[in-house]
Formats: sequence, structure tokens, C-alpha cells
Amino acid sequence: MTRLRLVLALCALLPALAQAAGIGEDGARLLLTRTGFGANPAKIAELAPLSRAQAVDRVLANPRTEPLTPPPGWVMQPIELPRYAQLPEDQKKALRQQENQRSLELKGWWLGEMRATDSPISEKMTLFWHNHFVSGLDKVNSPELMARQNLLLRREALGNFGTLLHEIAHDPAMMRYLDTANNRKGQPNENFAREVMELFTLGEGHYSEQDIREAARAFTGWGMQPGSGDFVNRPRLHDDGIKTVFGQSGNYDGDQVLGLLLQRPDTARFVTTKLWRYLVSPTPDPRSVDRLAAGFYDSGYQIKPLVRALLMTDAFWKSGGQLVKSPVELTVGTLVTFDLTPADYRPLALFNRNLGQDLFSPPNVKGWPGGDDWINSATLLARKQFLARLSGGGINLPSGGPAMLPVATGLDDPSQKATERRLTRLNLDTADWAERYHVDSVHRASHLLLPVKPASPPQAGDAGEVVRELLLDAAYQVD
Amino acid sequence: MQRREFLQVLGAGLTLAVLPELTLAYSADPAHYGRLLVLVELKGGNDGLNTVIPYASPDYARLRPSLAIARDQVLTLSERAGFHPSLSALMPMWQDGELALVEGVGYPEPNLSHFRSIEIWDTASASDQVLQTGWLSRQFRRAPLSGQFAADGVVLASQTLGPFEGGARVVVLNDPAAFAREAKLASDMGSGNAPGALAHILKVEGDIRHAAEGLAGNGMAAMTAKHDPNSAEAQGKIPPPPGAFGKAIKTLTDTLARGSQVAVARLTQTGFDTHGGQLATQGRLLKELAEGLASLRSSLQAQGRWQDTLVMSYAEFGRRPRQNGNNGTDHGTANVHFVAGGQVKGGFYGKAPELAGISDGNLDYGVDFRQLYATALGPWWGQDAAAVLGGHFAPVPLLRA
Repeated sequence: MTRLRLVLALCALLPALAQAAGIGEDGARLLLTRTGFGANPAKIAELAPLSRAQAVDRVLANPRTEPLTPPPGWVMQPIELPRYAQLPEDQKKALRQQENQRSLELKGWWLGEMRATDSPISEKMTLFWHNHFVSGLDKVNSPELMARQNLLLRREALGNFGTLLHEIAHDPAMMRYLDTANNRKGQPNENFAREVMELFTLGEGHYSEQDIREAARAFTGWGMQPGSGDFVNRPRLHDDGIKTVFGQSGNYDGDQVLGLLLQRPDTARFVTTKLWRYLVSPTPDPRSVDRLAAGFYDSGYQIKPLVRALLMTDAFWKSGGQLVKSPVELTVGTLVTFDLTPADYRPLALFNRNLGQDLFSPPNVKGWPGGDDWINSATLLARKQFLARLSGGGINLPSGGPAMLPVATGLDDPSQKATERRLTRLNLDTADWAERYHVDSVHRASHLLLPVKPASPPQAGDAGEVVRELLLDAAYQVD
Repeated sequence: MQRREFLQVLGAGLTLAVLPELTLAYSADPAHYGRLLVLVELKGGNDGLNTVIPYASPDYARLRPSLAIARDQVLTLSERAGFHPSLSALMPMWQDGELALVEGVGYPEPNLSHFRSIEIWDTASASDQVLQTGWLSRQFRRAPLSGQFAADGVVLASQTLGPFEGGARVVVLNDPAAFAREAKLASDMGSGNAPGALAHILKVEGDIRHAAEGLAGNGMAAMTAKHDPNSAEAQGKIPPPPGAFGKAIKTLTDTLARGSQVAVARLTQTGFDTHGGQLATQGRLLKELAEGLASLRSSLQAQGRWQDTLVMSYAEFGRRPRQNGNNGTDHGTANVHFVAGGQVKGGFYGKAPELAGISDGNLDYGVDFRQLYATALGPWWGQDAAAVLGGHFAPVPLLRA
């Protein structure tokens, strides 16, 4: 009896001992893929001996608020938004062409930053906010405004949610995307008022249609300066009557309505749940979410402590394999894992569009649905083809300058195929990688690359071939 | 539910399935899956009032000071309503009596969120009910297709599965040739006891393997196809329809021409969420839609399949009768939808919009969207619609007897 008790006590101690001994390679791989893109073996080795708290604090230390890679030169030039209606056809065409070139440059720049950054968590969270406070090039029609929105999202990516909400509401790209750019008294446009409640703060079901109509009146008078696109308040166009939102009445303006949204604990719960789905698993635990959301609310919406708390849950450390890799996680993650650095990231932006994640152009205001929805017959084959070509001789990248690149092509536009022929090569030599990191067994290769057992385990054999088989295994599609 | 509300719902076409044992009798019937169902999603919520225009109503011009289509532009269909001028390509179909216009399609207690409302449509749920599976997935689980079908359905011009969510064998088809080429990259492990995310990936791999041969067009199906190489289409007389929607139509008709068998095709046309600058955007989209549907009809007539095809449009909602200050319209409720096919009895159905007395409000619905689904499941496929839709919804009598 005594002996049994001792055994039980030891068993209870084991997880604690394991933790004290460090998170191990599996834990390090999990933490790296969830807080960044891919997991390079060198980084795995660095984090493996650390405790959970040490490792989490390491990845969250001093997050960047500005990109490491300088954005394209045109991003910081003063903005002069074209007035298309007043231009002759040829000028319109030239401007649209420039817009398309710049859009692709912007997408390539961000992918390059995700690969290059020394603060992957910053990019991971910027991508989260891009998919939360959604705007898209298809309607904003200005890569310049989208680039500035991206800088804003990064600046506050791990900062304060309330600050971010107020700033994004005044952000010119958002104002164009959700029609606050020209919102006048007597004829309010409900688009922003609806989406700010449904998708940015409270979540569906936590407001009434009446709340939306009244809030839309509060946002009247907001506008953009012609030319610069800067936010402007036009009091004459503002409805200064009494509005009743959530049962509270007052002569609210837009920012006061945002304040009312932040006062509601539903907002903290909504954002926490969404972040759980992004970082932990598709099945948030309601009790943990309530606890984390309460902390988020009480902190005045500080983002970094919330992220830290999510990464410190037991659920996180048991969640390996529960998330489907997004296209960007798959492509950039593979570059990071295998030390690959393309000279030009624009072709990678086109690949990602084919895989269903066209950066700066989410499908609609709800963003990419993610999870299982990343995988359908078309996108799965495109993923496998990417990996098969990358590791089976290499993927071609364009050698030419911007003029060589196709722009604004459809999902499988023939002009895109034309580009692929003019490419130089991005080649993943799996044997070389295996040698560099002393990957000498199927077991070890699986643990470095996969969160779960492979669906079809490779036979032991040539190391390069084993790695290639694991890349093409269904389990490589999950994190 | 209060009794009065209940009666209103009954009036709108909902009655209870009082004889559940009928379900059993039905399910033994062979399905007529050889009859193709083409669903056309007008994503974002098409503005029905500027599609089938109630031009005779003085309230139309009152509610749409800058968006109303001028009377002399409207293509007259009846003494009260007519097409948007961009829909002229649909006139032959209308004049031949193969196009039904179902007005006032919606559901009780409408939800004005794009995302929740399309979920209601895709799962065929009630407004306050959350279902996990698409209505077509439920149908194909109840009555699976025979093995000669390449897949339950194909999805074109969209990455979301919509009504196929949750189990149907479905293929997203951007480029059929590439699909055939790459399908060997999918393994055929079977999803067995894999954990969640992985199980889904393995299931999709299985669907790919199954569909590959059928869609490549070199299997048995191609040999029994009705496709005539001397047809107008094969000889290039049918011009390709415009835009991304046109391209999806072309991909579909090419795939069918190769003899591939599917029960459902779902095509998506995006961009209908016209909160601002609606006139130009909707005009362009409706033109693409009309020319795409006209092309679909020509191609399927040439293939000898138009008699066995039922085309139905749908969208998450219609738009607000009263325009907003940006020359656009906000989210609304009831909407008009197209149903077309060789066996469709053309004309107006449903409930014409009642604009009198409307200021900021929305339209009432007259046809529950699940009645359209019941029409496809019941009279079209010979299936037990009630078992899939969770209750009896009266089919809309728009098919020829």
C-alpha cells in the first residue's frame, strides 16, 4: 500500500519533472510554429532545454513594432490618391498598372519580412489583426493605404486592443473598405457600424439591429481628405441627435460608440476566443476562455499578457496537430525550417494566392475562415504540388524585375503560367538539410517536422528521401 | 411560439411533417441524381429590387432617388415588373418560358449578418438554430450516389464548400486539367482514426482519388456521354461568357461535356455587397450573370442536358429598399431568385415586393428558401425533402408536370 502510494506520487510528479527538464524538442517545435512560421532545427535546439515560462518569455521578449525589412520606397512617400473619375483613360490605365505592381510588391515584402524577422511573434500577430480588422485591396484600391494599415497593425500587434480599435476605425484603408469614408447625417451607411460589432468586438448575437442603426448615426461626419486620404471630421455632416446604443443614450460620436463597445465584457471574450483558435486549437475551452478574457478586460485590453496567458495554458502544450497550417504558415514556415531565402518573394505571393491566402486581399470582411476550410481538393493539391516541386528539383522564381511579373491575375490565369517558365530556381535539398542538422533517423526527422505521427510512415532509408516523404505526408499540413 | 405567429408561418408554406413514417417509404426510392442541380450563389447579397424591378410602384422611385432604373431602361416582363437592362441576355430564356422568378424569398426572423445568414441558407436551418452540416451533405449521407459519379458536387469560383460542408464528397475545380495531372499527389490512406485536423485532410485526399478518374473524362462515363462532337459548342459557335463567372460556367460545361458525372454544381459570383456606388458594380455583375446563364443554357442544350438541368440562384439576403447616402444599399431581407431549366415553367412566383409604407424597414418574405430546396429535393430528385430539411416545406410548383 505504501509502495503503491509512492508510485502514485512519483507519477504525479513526472509531468512536473519533465517540465523542469525543459519543454524538449516537441515543445519547442510547437511553440515556434504557433508563435511564428515554421521551426528551424537551430531554434528548436535553443528552446528545448528551457521551461515553459522561460521559452514563452523568450519568444515574447521585445517584440518588434516596426519591420526589420524596409518597406518598398513608395510606402512612406506622401500619398496622393488619384481621382479616377476626372482622368483620361490612358492615365487611369497607367495608374491601375502601377497599383497592381505595387500591390504585388507589398505582398512580397510582407512575406519576406515574415521570413527575415527576428521577432516572428510580431508578424504572426500582425497577420492575426490583418484577419481580424479586415481590409482588402479589392475595395481599398490603394496599396499605399494598405501598407500604412499594415504598419499600424504591427505597431500595436502586441500592444493595446482598445488603442488599435480606435486607430483602425480612423484608418483610411478601413474607412474605404467599410464605407465610413463618406458617411453623412440623414443617410447613414451601416457597413462599419455592423462589422465593428459583429466581427471586431462583440461577435454575432451580442447586439441588436437597432444598436447598429443607432451606432451608424454616430459615425456620420467621418470622412477622408481628398488627395491625402487623411481622416477628417466634418461636424456639419454629423448627426448630433441622441442615439441609444445598448440601452444607453447620449449624443454619441463614433469614438464614444467604440468606447461603449470596449466597456462590454463580450468584446474581451470574443477576441480571446478568436485568439485561442489562432494560437491553440479549434476548440476553445469555455472556462479557460472566461478566465483569460476576464484578465484581458481587467488589464484594459493589453494584448501581450493575453498571448502569454494563452501560451501558458496546459491546453496549448497538448494541442500539437490540432491546427491546419495556413498557406502562409506552410510556405514561409517551410522556408524558415529549411533555411531557404528566395531573392524575390513576389512569386511566393502568387503561390499563396493559389493556396487560398492572398495577403492584403482576404475574401471578405470576415477574413479567411481558416482551420479545415484551408483544405479542399484544389488547395490540398496545390500545397502538395508546391512541396513536391520544392523538394524534387526546385521551384522556379522569376529572374526579371517588376516588368517581368504578371499582375492582378485570376486564380489560374494563363499569364501566371507564362511567368513560371521564366523562373530561376528555389531548391530544397532535403539530403543536405538532413546532414546539416544530423537528422539520422525517421524518428528524429518526424519529431523535427511533424506535430503528430506521419499518416504513412516512411521506411528507414536515404535521409533525404525520408525527409521528402515526410514533407508530402498529410501530417505536414498540420501544426 | 405564439399561435398567431405560427399561423403566419404556416401561411408562408411551412407545415409540420405529421406522418414521419412516410420518410421510410420514400428513402427506398431510387434517386434521380442524373438530373443536374446547378446552384448559383450571388455572394454579398444581390439587390433584388434593381434586378427584377417593380417599376410600376411609385414607391420604388421614392426609395431609390439616385439608384432607381429609369422606366424606359427597364426590360418589361409584366405590367408591374421588369429586368435590369444588364439582364437582356436572359430575355430568350424568359420568352421561351424556361425561367421562373421567385420573389420574396427569405425566412422568418431574418439575420442581417452576411456570415450568419449564409450559414442559415447553407445548412437550411431556422434562424435561431445552429446546424453543423450543409443541406446537401445531409441529402447525400441519406441517399448516397452510385460509384459512377465522380463526386457529389463540384464547386466553382469559390473556396468555401457552403451546402457541401460537413461530409459531401466535393471537388473544388479551378482547372480540371491540372486537377487530373496532380491528383496522384493525394495518398489513399483512408481517414481511419486520425485526429481532427488530420482526418479532414485524409478525407479530402480520398475524395480527390475518387474524383480524379471521373473528372479526367477518360473513364466509362465519357463513353456513355451524350456529348456530340458536331454540336454547336464543340464547333466553337458558343462564345465564352465574360468575367470570372463566365469562366466558371465554361469550366463546368467543359467538364460535363467530357462526360463527368456529378449531381450538383455550385458556382459563386462575388461582389454583390454594394454599400456604395451600386449602379456600375451591379450592372457589370448582372451582365456577367445573365450572359453566363445564357451560355450555360446554350451549351447544355447542345449537350442534350438542358432538359435534365435545374438552375437555382441564392444569396444570404436581399438589400434594403431605401438606398443609403453613398448611392448604395445596406443589408436587407427578402429577395428575388432565378430558377431556370428545360423543365421549368417560366413566370412569376412568390410574393411581389410591397414597397408602400416602407421607409427604413425591410421586405417581408413570402417564400421560405427551404421551399426552393424542397423543390429540388422532392419533385426534381424524387427524394424525401422533409428528412433533410427537418420539416415539411411545400415545393414551389415551378416544374412542368
